[in-house]
Amino acid sequence: MSKKRKNLLRTREDVIFDTCNITFMILLSVVMLYPFLNQIALSLNSATDSVKGGIYLWPREFTWRNYEYVFSQASIVQGIIVSVARTLIGTAIGILCTAMVAYAIAQEKFVFKKSITIIFIMTMYFNGGLIPTYLLMRDLHLIGTFWVYIIPGLISAFNLIIMRSFIEGIPKSIFEQARIDGAGDFRVFFQIVLPLSLPVLATVSLFVAVGQWNQWFDVFLYNSSNESLTTLQYELMKVLQNTATSNGDWNSAQASGEHAANTVTPKSIQATMTIVASLPIICVYPFLQKYFVKGMTLGAVK
Amino acid sequence: MQAQTKVNTPASPALQTDQVKGLKAFLKKCKSQKALLLMTVPFVIWVFVFKYLPIWGWTMAFQDFKPARAFSEQEWVGFKHFIFLFKDERFLGVLRNTLAQSMINLVLGFVTAIGLAVLINELTNVKFKRVVQTISYLPHFLSWVVAAALISSLLSIDGIINEILMALNIIDTKILWLGVGEYFWGILAASDIWKNVGWNTIIYLAAISMIDQEQYEAAKIDGASRLQRIRYVTIPGMKQVIVVLLIMNIGYIIEAGFEAQYLLGNGQNIEYSENIDVFVINYGISMFNFSLATAAGIFKTVISLIFLIAANSFSKKMGQGGLY
Repeated sequence: MSKKRKNLLRTREDVIFDTCNITFMILLSVVMLYPFLNQIALSLNSATDSVKGGIYLWPREFTWRNYEYVFSQASIVQGIIVSVARTLIGTAIGILCTAMVAYAIAQEKFVFKKSITIIFIMTMYFNGGLIPTYLLMRDLHLIGTFWVYIIPGLISAFNLIIMRSFIEGIPKSIFEQARIDGAGDFRVFFQIVLPLSLPVLATVSLFVAVGQWNQWFDVFLYNSSNESLTTLQYELMKVLQNTATSNGDWNSAQASGEHAANTVTPKSIQATMTIVASLPIICVYPFLQKYFVKGMTLGAVK
Repeated sequence: MQAQTKVNTPASPALQTDQVKGLKAFLKKCKSQKALLLMTVPFVIWVFVFKYLPIWGWTMAFQDFKPARAFSEQEWVGFKHFIFLFKDERFLGVLRNTLAQSMINLVLGFVTAIGLAVLINELTNVKFKRVVQTISYLPHFLSWVVAAALISSLLSIDGIINEILMALNIIDTKILWLGVGEYFWGILAASDIWKNVGWNTIIYLAAISMIDQEQYEAAKIDGASRLQRIRYVTIPGMKQVIVVLLIMNIGYIIEAGFEAQYLLGNGQNIEYSENIDVFVINYGISMFNFSLATAAGIFKTVISLIFLIAANSFSKKMGQGGLY
């Protein structure tokens, strides 16, 4: 009934506007998704066939060969292991430390509430720069270690502010009651604040995990000569830089080889690695949409 | 610390005892908040070591820095490296690229995000709206390495962009897009919009959702058309957020990032792709000219701080409140 009335109220202008708008949105979605879907098709298509061109959304000669090749490369497998490790460890430690400081600076009575907040916020507006930071890492003997991925980026001021805003929103009476019952700050933090902060923890975890998984520059800067500490993104970056300079001639040269059916090309390797490097994120972020939308608005308002 | 030094200077005895009392009360408070201090002090040390200590390294911009030498053995050269930068034609080009890239990205990024937010808001089907939003956020979560791989594949000689343009008879020969410097700013802006436009709508959509629905009803009763409602209700309702974000983005104008420029840049487009950050990487990491790279980095930070402070005080004057 109400739907019918709504339809009656729709004017000609509404119909035209909505049609144009929906068409535009579909076009936009295609533009957003096409590059990615195209790489999936390329990664599942025989490399020698891809050279002929004309692969858009669907593979023409289906094969798992590209994936088999990528997962048989020791450097890529090592890269995946390190990427997973830094994402898990970096997120877990980063979140715990951020939440702890956020809890402390959310306490009204804390003597250093203001000064510590300012010390952290200041870091959003300047930094020492590339070379001084590099030399610091060298002097601290962090170069060539796994910890150079974790320690320098332990707490981001932006995430700290999002968390602080959320913790400040938790009703004070809950803390008071726990304190009357004799709980110290550590107990309040671990047993009350952390469980109540799950939505904001989800948001910030997503930000930190995505940042860790996507990072390539610190590998390039600190560990480029250390093969055991390479990451998936850095391996992909190396492939990208090679294909960019070799300009396609390589493709056809490889394809005309004897074992054409088993050949892989830089183009197909690049496509496959692109998919492997982005699939984990794509599987996770849609489920956290509600949280990160809230987190973004919370962080921006403050 | 300050209180202690004051105690030592001659003052009236009453004041002294007051200060001693104050200090004692402060220490007592600290003691009662031992847990909170334990939670924060390690990270305050961390922030000083990793974020503040590197600023000491700025001194090397005024030296002919040699990594093997101790600090006391470095040769001081004053503003030599800064003077070199401003006489260097390459650096002046880098400066032009930084400003041009930032301006284009700022203006186009802004307009497209606002436009998309308004159009998403007009979608009536809730499910469709959610799907469009989810899809539009996707590129934001991909790394720039992945994005650069996707973009260079689209723009390659046998990529789809060339195919479409050929099919539409817009071009007669295929173009190596990333090999022509003049196209780089446009490609960069398009990549940036593709990657971030969806994400940037979040804040505008939040602002639109705060608009009183009665305003729309009233406009409808007054006979306002769909476009008129957008023009007179939605856009004015977003005005405050638009102004704040505009000012904030102007504050960050020199921070155009480096990942896209570095990854999409190559020998053929370097004259248009290299910005200050990439210049620092090229000189500092590849050529080991630490002093010159640091000088360029300092220059960028100082300009960026000036922009930020100016933007902030302007924002306060406009009655929008500061950012800090």
